[in-house]
Amino acid sequence: MKKFISLAMVLILSLTIFAGCGGGSSTPAQSSGAAAPAADSSTAAGSSTADSATAGDRVYALVAKDVNNPYMKKAYEGFEAACQELGVTALYKGPDQATPEKQIEIINQLVAQNVALIAVAANDYDALEPALKSAMDKGIQVVSLDSAVNANSRKLHINQADPEKIGRVLVQAAYEMVDGNGGMAILSATAQASNQNLWIEWMQKELEENSDKYKDTPLVKIVYGDDEPTKSTNETQALLMDENVKVIIAPTTVGMLAAGKYLQDNNSEVKLTGLGLPSEMAPFIEDGTCPWMYLWNPVDLGFLAAYAGDALVTAGITGAAGDTFTAGRMGEMAIVDAPGGGTEVLLGDPFKFEPENIAEWKAIY
Amino acid sequence: MSKLQTNVMAHRSLQNERPFSTKRFFLQWEWMLVLLFIIINVINTFLSPNYLVFDSIMSAIQMFCDKAILVFPMMLVILVGDIDISVASIMALSAVIMGVGYNAGLPMGAAILLALCVGGACGFVNGILLVKFKELSPMIVTLVGQIVFRGIASIILEDGAAGSFPSWFQYLGWGYVGRIPFILIVVLIEAVIFLYAIHFTRFGRNVYAMGNNETTARYSGIKTDRIRLFIYVLMGIFAGIAAIFLASKMGSVRPSVAKGYEMDVIAMVVLGGVSNNGGKGRVIGVVIATFIVGLLRYGLGIVNVPSQTIMIIVGVLLIVAVIIPNLKSTLGGYRWFQKLMR
Repeated sequence: MKKFISLAMVLILSLTIFAGCGGGSSTPAQSSGAAAPAADSSTAAGSSTADSATAGDRVYALVAKDVNNPYMKKAYEGFEAACQELGVTALYKGPDQATPEKQIEIINQLVAQNVALIAVAANDYDALEPALKSAMDKGIQVVSLDSAVNANSRKLHINQADPEKIGRVLVQAAYEMVDGNGGMAILSATAQASNQNLWIEWMQKELEENSDKYKDTPLVKIVYGDDEPTKSTNETQALLMDENVKVIIAPTTVGMLAAGKYLQDNNSEVKLTGLGLPSEMAPFIEDGTCPWMYLWNPVDLGFLAAYAGDALVTAGITGAAGDTFTAGRMGEMAIVDAPGGGTEVLLGDPFKFEPENIAEWKAIY
Repeated sequence: MSKLQTNVMAHRSLQNERPFSTKRFFLQWEWMLVLLFIIINVINTFLSPNYLVFDSIMSAIQMFCDKAILVFPMMLVILVGDIDISVASIMALSAVIMGVGYNAGLPMGAAILLALCVGGACGFVNGILLVKFKELSPMIVTLVGQIVFRGIASIILEDGAAGSFPSWFQYLGWGYVGRIPFILIVVLIEAVIFLYAIHFTRFGRNVYAMGNNETTARYSGIKTDRIRLFIYVLMGIFAGIAAIFLASKMGSVRPSVAKGYEMDVIAMVVLGGVSNNGGKGRVIGVVIATFIVGLLRYGLGIVNVPSQTIMIIVGVLLIVAVIIPNLKSTLGGYRWFQKLMR
């Protein structure tokens, strides 16, 4: 038996050596055909390696911040719907942890697969640049959504709402919730996420520019929940130990949910606002833990991203300011210069979710 | 020569030489790994026509080469029967201190040197604790290291990032020499150095002796304490080297980098045939195993197998890798097994 096994393995080994001789790089079909007799050639990749593929072969990929994030999943719903309308294949990828290293690996894999479009919500503003640049060098279109990458790494950024409006309106909301008296704290996501840092910047600007108004509602602390439920809950717990904190602003859906649960469980007096998914935050809006909050439609965001990317792939726009494209049911969208360099297209304004309308929206997203 | 000497020499030569058996030669673990490597590549090629593209594979190899740097010193650690699960945290601390140092005004070269020193210092801490307090198990000491080193990094940098390294620094992680990634060349040179050190020097033989039976080794005059300390410091320094390459790839460093690396590195070493109890394993096996794990991840990734599933597959591979060499001793008592193996 041993003799047989060893003989068989030597045989297989020598045969596969001939397979290797068939030239590795450009003729995958032939070399795998000559390979191990165990392989069934009927399962061989029959797909053509045609580059100028018909629409059906084109793949648009959405790279999420992390694959389990509900907000990202909602964005993918819209992305997928748009891809179906456009007749292309949609792909959802993301790391299991919100780190830029894993996103780089995923981008490299997508480049190897020769996708037509990469839409990425970045975990770091700069770290993805080399990977995305090599994607663009190969002819792959790159857009960023939600969380931007630097202007060299993308053709276009899909901005969900004006970050200035987001930052200012959240601080104003927090001020009202404590009647102008009480410290504010921010529970953010990861420290490198570009969107988070941009919003926090605007929140701080709002506080500085109107320092008279906010003299009794200072910003006490900024903590980072890394978009992980456990860490976000722990950070909330830590914030509550500080008596000065009377209202928490959480511009992240994961942070909102974690903080909302914790505040509710502990019957806390501390108020909560930020950017949350209506489906998740409905119980906390209804019972007053979070008097009101803001967001936009992530489904629309993904939808717009797919159409914007498609315009880059097929309609020949370059992503320069002034270009316009049609985004399905959303009509015509215009590309504008983005602050900080590059260009972007704006989805709309932040939307206020409050007890009056939450019942209607929690069923939608 | 005296009769005693002749007898001893004859006895010794009888012991060392068995007739060369083709069967036994090819049933070595390393050949199994080669077979596995070829099978993996064949499967990957079938799964996707995009797999066998030279540049893409080089790009993928570039991705896991920073773990590959750690694989060889880890092999030394496991060969003596120890383990080091703090390597990822040492990487994080080295990277953070390098970043902070550079941002504080140190020239880049000095910052790189600082990273190596920090790595070596952490390794020294691990090693000295194990050498002076022999009752402590390596698992516990390096577990503490895993928590503490990353904790120190978090205290230094909190949740922020350090970076903006000079543009030439990017070459380390992303650069190519012709069509071969620079980092791959570094790994291959490292592999050759370790191959020589482990298989062709007295140091290597001492390491194997320690792994097989440490007490005997010590009483034979091998300086086990010194070797152990050296190995851990070496591991720390290489963690610093890996941190440098990782920082180059990322462009910036945070306290949370390299999380989970130690598990992958240990998996690559164990798959390579290095026994957990020490004393067995060869460099060539570890090299092949590293490529198996790296290319398996890549090949499955480009057909969009979810990362959780990939983790399961690698885990199963690892269990099989550990069971098969022990199959004979576990099942050997059973008649049906003996008949099968006839």
